Amino acid sequence: MRSDRGQRAPLGLKIAAACGLLFLHLPILLIFIYAFTTEEKSFVWPPPGLTTQWFAVTWNRPDVWDALSLSVRVAAISTAIALVLGTLCAAAVSQTRFFGRETISLLVILPIALPGIITGIALRSAFALADIPFSFWTIVLGHATFCVVVVYNNAVARFRRTSGSMIEASMDLGADSFQTFRHVVLPNIATALLAGGMLAFALSFDEVIVTTFTAGQQQTVPIWMLEELIRPRQRPVTNVVAMVVVLVTLLPILLAYYLTRDGDQIAGSGK
Amino acid sequence: MTIAAVQSNPTPAILPGSGGLRGALSDLFWRRPKFLLTLMLLPPLLWLGIVYIGSLFALLAQSFFSIDEFSGLINREFTLKTYSDLLQAANLDIILRTVTMAALVTLASAVIAFPIAYYAARYARGRWKALFYLGVMLPLWSSYLVKIYAWKLILAKEGILTWLLAKLNLLWLLDAWLSLPIVGGNSLSVSFTGTFIVFVYVWLPFMILPVQAALERVPGNLVEASSDLGASPGQTFRNVLFPLALPGIVAGSIFTFSLTLGDYIIPQIIGTSRLFIGQAVYSQQGTAGNIPLAAAFTVVPIVIMGFYLWGAKRMGAFDAL
Repeated sequence: MRSDRGQRAPLGLKIAAACGLLFLHLPILLIFIYAFTTEEKSFVWPPPGLTTQWFAVTWNRPDVWDALSLSVRVAAISTAIALVLGTLCAAAVSQTRFFGRETISLLVILPIALPGIITGIALRSAFALADIPFSFWTIVLGHATFCVVVVYNNAVARFRRTSGSMIEASMDLGADSFQTFRHVVLPNIATALLAGGMLAFALSFDEVIVTTFTAGQQQTVPIWMLEELIRPRQRPVTNVVAMVVVLVTLLPILLAYYLTRDGDQIAGSGK
Repeated sequence: MTIAAVQSNPTPAILPGSGGLRGALSDLFWRRPKFLLTLMLLPPLLWLGIVYIGSLFALLAQSFFSIDEFSGLINREFTLKTYSDLLQAANLDIILRTVTMAALVTLASAVIAFPIAYYAARYARGRWKALFYLGVMLPLWSSYLVKIYAWKLILAKEGILTWLLAKLNLLWLLDAWLSLPIVGGNSLSVSFTGTFIVFVYVWLPFMILPVQAALERVPGNLVEASSDLGASPGQTFRNVLFPLALPGIVAGSIFTFSLTLGDYIIPQIIGTSRLFIGQAVYSQQGTAGNIPLAAAFTVVPIVIMGFYLWGAKRMGAFDAL
């Protein structure tokens, strides 16, 4: 019998935990306030006044829209590729045992385990060696490679909970491989794939380190922001874009959490 | 009568094949699971093998080339010259600085992460548990650049931190700290202290999650038994909680350490002009055009992380992931 229910935490622990969480969240909340400031030239606090005019200014900036459109297209295609590759890999690894199984897990995790700069410079030097010019597809190539792992993690966790006997039962009842996949396997893993796909989208949408090496002259949203951070041109616009980026990545994460919260492994715990 | 009824409506034990290409394929998959397995593994392995491992080897191979100092062209012959360049004092300085920073960041993250992870694992229940979980998950997934940007706002000279310290009449403390030799600087946003704070902030969630996972597995009555047997809270922490949480801390430190080793954006935006490994790689391959030296530099974090992972595996850190 466990006796650890209904206990109260020591006050010191409560304060330390609360301070830790505040440390994690206050800086992000600050972004929301700065998006409304009237100050243009510096980061002065407290803001001298509040205004919504920067939203209109940002709305009319074509470079912001171009960056956003490129980011969304890259993220969508990388997610699609990662979904296919990650699911195939997860199915193979979880349904059968074979020689080199551990190696495959390692191979999938490697692009995210090694520092991003290594992936980035490796891809860049490979493009240079093979004389591939930078394009939309070179960005996708890099993003899809490290997005595979999030889909894979989610799918593997779900496959582990899906009993193999269901597939056998379906086959015994006369369904062929394709029908079994369509009517038994897919409904089982659908929410895990959806969660994995959304996390992959968020990961790609936010990625900057690998992208700086594979993008050439094109600007995704993070590259645009990096450019503004190094050489600030219009700070209020950057504030607004930062706020929008926080909101855009928030939604997929919350959705992915609700889709998988009953599982033994919750989506996103291994970014 | 029953026999006749059965015979008039025979249910074959084996259904006829569905025929066609689809049926043939389906049968093939069933009879030769290895074939299906190969078919499933081929696309991801080809992708990762060619795109990722291929480029990684191309990069490593280039670290054995050298650059001609006069023409700036890359000489594609095997040589260890680039590695001897890597061992120059200036470069060793960069490596030492980065590793020190990574170690300090790891230590600080562990200290800040522990109370959050412990509270979430042992005391938070139901709604609070979900809140803690999302409270760690949302900052983890929030945009990396936005987080750095937020700290640029906070640490700026005219920013909120200076304002807060002025209100508390503690500005002298900030000034005293900034006048210290290595950690100080003109303002927090151009000092190592600033770099350190931002590193800790950005990687902290990566430490909380594995530590929490490790602490979830510690039964609460172990802690109670320890105090029943007369241990002070400090002794319980040292002798019971900490050893059991250690694999989780090591697992988290893999992330904080590796991510700090390879980052080049944080020290570029918030920090001094002295380089970290990531910045050295970036400038060598970019403005300097010295791909061999950049490649040799990337070998450093790979080797360090190789040893780190080997040690972590021996401490059972992978079971805590």
